[in-house]
Amino acid sequence: MAKNTPDTHAHDHGHGHGAGHNYLNHEKGLWSWLTSLDHKRIGIMYFITVMLFFLVGGLAALTIRTELFSANRLVDGQTTGAVVTASQYTRLMTYHGAIMVFLVIIPGIPAFLGNFFLPLQIGAKDVAFPRLNLLSWYCLLGGAGLAVASMFYGGADTGWTFYTPYSISLSKAVVLLVSGAFVGGFSSILTGLNFVATVHKLRAPGMTMNRIPLFVWALYSTAILQVLATPVLAITLLLIAMENVFQIGFFDPALGGDPVLFQHFFWFYSHPAVYIMILPAFGVISELIAAFSRKTIFGYTAIAYSSIAIAAVSFFVWGHHMFVSGQSEIAGVVFSAITMLVGVPTAIKVFNWVATLHKASINLASPMLYAMGFMFLFTIGGVTGIFLATTALDTHFHDTYFVVAHFHYVMVGGTLMAIMGGIYYWFPKMFGKMVNEVMAQASFFFIFVGFNVTFFPQFVLGAKGMPRRYYDYLPVFEPLNRMSTIGSYMIGTGFVIALIAVIHALLSKQEPVGDNPWGAKTLEWTTTSPPPHDNFEKTPIVTAGPYEYR
Amino acid sequence: MWLFQLLNSAFAHANSDTFMPPAATEIASHVDQIYVFLLWSSLISFVLLIGGMIWFVIKYKRRTASDKTAYITHNHTLEFLWSFIPFCIFIFSFAWGWIVFHQMRSMPENALEIHVVAKKWDWRFIYKNGREIVAGVDDQGNKTPATMVVPMGRPVKLIMASEKVNPASNEDPKDRPVLHSFFVPAFRTKQDIVPGRYTTLWFQATELGTFNVFCAEYCGDGHYAMRAAIKVVKPEEYEEWLSGEAAGAGGGLSLAEQGKQLYLSRACVGCHSLNGSAGAGPTWKGIFGHDVATNKGTVKVDENYIRESILEPNAQVVSGFQGGVMPSYSGQLKEEEINALIEFIKTVK
Ligand code: HEC
Ligand SMILES: [Cu+2]
Ligand SMILES: [Cu+2]
Repeated sequence: MAKNTPDTHAHDHGHGHGAGHNYLNHEKGLWSWLTSLDHKRIGIMYFITVMLFFLVGGLAALTIRTELFSANRLVDGQTTGAVVTASQYTRLMTYHGAIMVFLVIIPGIPAFLGNFFLPLQIGAKDVAFPRLNLLSWYCLLGGAGLAVASMFYGGADTGWTFYTPYSISLSKAVVLLVSGAFVGGFSSILTGLNFVATVHKLRAPGMTMNRIPLFVWALYSTAILQVLATPVLAITLLLIAMENVFQIGFFDPALGGDPVLFQHFFWFYSHPAVYIMILPAFGVISELIAAFSRKTIFGYTAIAYSSIAIAAVSFFVWGHHMFVSGQSEIAGVVFSAITMLVGVPTAIKVFNWVATLHKASINLASPMLYAMGFMFLFTIGGVTGIFLATTALDTHFHDTYFVVAHFHYVMVGGTLMAIMGGIYYWFPKMFGKMVNEVMAQASFFFIFVGFNVTFFPQFVLGAKGMPRRYYDYLPVFEPLNRMSTIGSYMIGTGFVIALIAVIHALLSKQEPVGDNPWGAKTLEWTTTSPPPHDNFEKTPIVTAGPYEYR
Repeated sequence: MWLFQLLNSAFAHANSDTFMPPAATEIASHVDQIYVFLLWSSLISFVLLIGGMIWFVIKYKRRTASDKTAYITHNHTLEFLWSFIPFCIFIFSFAWGWIVFHQMRSMPENALEIHVVAKKWDWRFIYKNGREIVAGVDDQGNKTPATMVVPMGRPVKLIMASEKVNPASNEDPKDRPVLHSFFVPAFRTKQDIVPGRYTTLWFQATELGTFNVFCAEYCGDGHYAMRAAIKVVKPEEYEEWLSGEAAGAGGGLSLAEQGKQLYLSRACVGCHSLNGSAGAGPTWKGIFGHDVATNKGTVKVDENYIRESILEPNAQVVSGFQGGVMPSYSGQLKEEEINALIEFIKTVK
């Protein structure tokens, strides 16, 4: 089946041993990509699409921050300080959130890095259902298409949470955007299904569950969440669409529905979704820490099983988004308690990573910088989560910028840092080339510093009482908002540098990087870079754990 | 309990530089104490953790390409400690939070009641004597927020409802009531306002001054501008203010008096007596705050129950009476008329 391509285009892909036949030159032409069943190619297609969505969502974010740079003032009958109108603002905010959550952060690690490396890390030739895998990419694309279509119908302005009854107003845009999230959700479900089957069925001989790398463990726990939680979201979104189109009362009291019920449904998915977004990042960080400290992970079992524990408990905490929604006091208290429990396994992971650094041999290359950045930011995101889980405190912080800062520290400071670290780490494996280290470090510097300048002030704004989703604010909030906006431009700069670094690396002529440039121990580093179409020349036989640095 | 009291006093003076706005209720200062406690625990854990990470990174920086590292897989004592200590802090914070949350949620008896009506994108405050406060416009044409005046040191309970944008229109879905949230940073309190029912919130101001009220639940383009204010004054001043210039749609009548007029004009009188005798419908005498047996079980007659009885009479039918007899008044009464009827029923003792 693996037919060798002639060596005529070897010059496209570097020279030397590893550069012969690989998944990139296995077939040629756009069509061969769009119909590819190779998990590596599908991973790369996800990479490109997710980065495009990220660009769109990021531009929306920068526009939002630009609007918030100044408080709007009425001077001689003229408003100054406004860049967009209030209704443009509410749409920007909605699409920023919806795109970043549904099209970037959720598919980001599993569908891109996971697709590419999960089979490689367990010594498999592909995922269990390659066709489903391709279908899942088209689902994401279909979802994105619907989201774009919704923009032509005036755009949705409900926020990414689609809270009822606001979202029930016969709006075509809302129906389209909600359908987009619905279709996109299937991408997530299919990927999850595929990963569960792959991990169970396709491990190489000797690759017991206690030998699979932590990245795979993390993806596995995530996959369970994806399969179990996403359908609930799908149904909820369907109900919203039906209520909009047919005016059947599910959630709008004017039609006889219950608006708080929607919040229960929505968060029943969307809290586990938080872990769909962060667990894979934990996996990446475990890989990075092990590889760059050249040391076995401290507490492999604790990290592996705490992922499963988090996944399980995360189904029972959704009400912590609803302490002031009108749900009963006792419900609030129970959700608060369970949320505290979910904090423990999360804390354990961070301690394990730091402990791994003890007596290690640490290489401070850019992926490791991202891993450290992750721990710095994620810890802040984590401890502020405890503030929000405490009922009395959340009564004050709920729906203020404190919450905005908290989840950006977790989702961006956590997941996005992990994606970036993962890209720099696995880049040589994916493309057979190295990213320029100076550029990679520069991008890290801008993103990390910019991130703190952007979001730390938002904790303070929230504590002082500035609510979120505000187009304009009281003048007292202006200095901190200015700082935040400047920070966001720094983040933007960092990502532009990262983009240039990646393009530069792809176009550059380099010495072949070899199979294992970082000296890591997991299986993907035993095959050539880039890997051949079938991943491994011979199926590997596994005799030890994933981090045997002795 | 004593433990929390001890902590209260320990952190009592610590809330000057913690980014929180000035605390204007007692509960607000309790909230700040939890906050300061968590702030310190977080800061210490963060410094230990991230400091440790940086220290290791410097100390164990790679020296040669062939460095050997220790092979340490786990350590039970350490792992137990770093699971158990965070667990204790978390549970402690949970418990303390619960105690204060419980105070926030326990409505005091004999509070001064004020009706709050929220709509896209304005607030209205209606006092029992019929006084109604709405947003105004100043000389420059800028909007001035509706300002609720309350006496210092007295518990105030807000009964909050969300109303249609345009009470006259029934057609446009964009006019239907939506969620809002009443947020007073200086009181550290917040409560969503849910269409179709009342939600409540209480506070007892301990500081004089004017405090911002924000809408904290996204409600559309004008959400950011949906502001109001609470002015806390001395009790004497409050009495004076309250009896001052009468305003509002009620034409100087109190809510209960308006309710009585509605009782007569909207034909409730045909079926409901005030003297304890049953007619086509149950009497209103002494029902408020008491239990009533219905086909859905025993319920307490409160604002939400009366509201439901008026708008959806068949949702819960009083035992001994027929469902379907009372017509639904849904869409026929304005928010303030429902409020007035409720206030009237409260006075029928
Ligand atoms: C045609 C007769 C009729 C009219 C007119 C009527 N009601 Fe009723 N009402 C009933 C009956 C019968 C019940 C008991 C059955 C039920 O709960 O639906 C009732 C129950 C109630 C209750 C619950 C009382 C309890 O003890 O639990 C309230 C409150 C109420 N009505 C308010 C009103 C108001 C306010 C109006 C006028 C705007 C009104 N009703 C007009 C017949 C009527
Ligand atoms: Cu949550
Ligand atoms: Cu609002």
